[in-house]
Amino acid sequence: MSVFFNKLFPHPILTLALWGVWLLLNNTVGAGHIVLGLILAISIPFLTSGFWPEKNRIRAPFALLQYVGVVLWDILVANMAVAKLILGRNKDLRPGFFYVDLDIQTPIGISLLANTISLTPGTVSCDLTEDRSRLLVHALHIEDIPAAVKEIKERYEAPLNKIFTAC
Amino acid sequence: MFEWILSALILIGAFFTLVGSIGLYKLPDFFMRLHGPTKATTLGVGALLIASALYFSFNTDQISLHEVLITIFLFITAPVSAHLMAKAAIHIKLKQVKRTQNSIE
Repeated sequence: MSVFFNKLFPHPILTLALWGVWLLLNNTVGAGHIVLGLILAISIPFLTSGFWPEKNRIRAPFALLQYVGVVLWDILVANMAVAKLILGRNKDLRPGFFYVDLDIQTPIGISLLANTISLTPGTVSCDLTEDRSRLLVHALHIEDIPAAVKEIKERYEAPLNKIFTAC
Repeated sequence: MFEWILSALILIGAFFTLVGSIGLYKLPDFFMRLHGPTKATTLGVGALLIASALYFSFNTDQISLHEVLITIFLFITAPVSAHLMAKAAIHIKLKQVKRTQNSIE
């Protein structure tokens, strides 16, 4: 039964996401679209599973929800902070580059961390080293680099590392 | 009352989009200019889309939620394009302002 399930739904999360996106795109919850969306959501991951060799599993769904909440809140704060920096004087800004040493290994974890860094307070992720061990980050205004690295690691990387696991 | 909430959301959205554009215009180097569009606009567009979703949900018969999709796609694509542009800029060695700390050569 489990083998059959894995064959039919190679990526269960992708299936759910596609179904949701289809219903949102059509902006309806009519019966016809629910069925059509379900057919597409099952057949697309099934037909393309050859291109997606690695499987991702969410180990802690509630931690993910909490993480999304934290990130949304930080985006709100980041916008205010960046607006203030932009409207202030250019001379006062102290831009800088710094590296974050990564503990996460999974590609999805690294890309989500990079995305989060770009969306939150005054930082944009710029480059990832070849061996996926360090992420280069540019900050619009930074005074204490070790503190910023520590905050990124504790606030974003630790939860992401807990949530995603390769299987 | 409802109109007031909508107007506030639209004004907030317009303000942050404007700040993003100002940043794009006035900041001194390419890497700093990247910050405006990736962040100031996420809240700007987000507020405008919430206003749109509220308006069409309450003023028409059906609930309108496809604005949520625009937000999600924006949150996924904005950092990716910023990352690629920054990577390209480092590669072709665009100049950075002198006071940049740990500047990359």
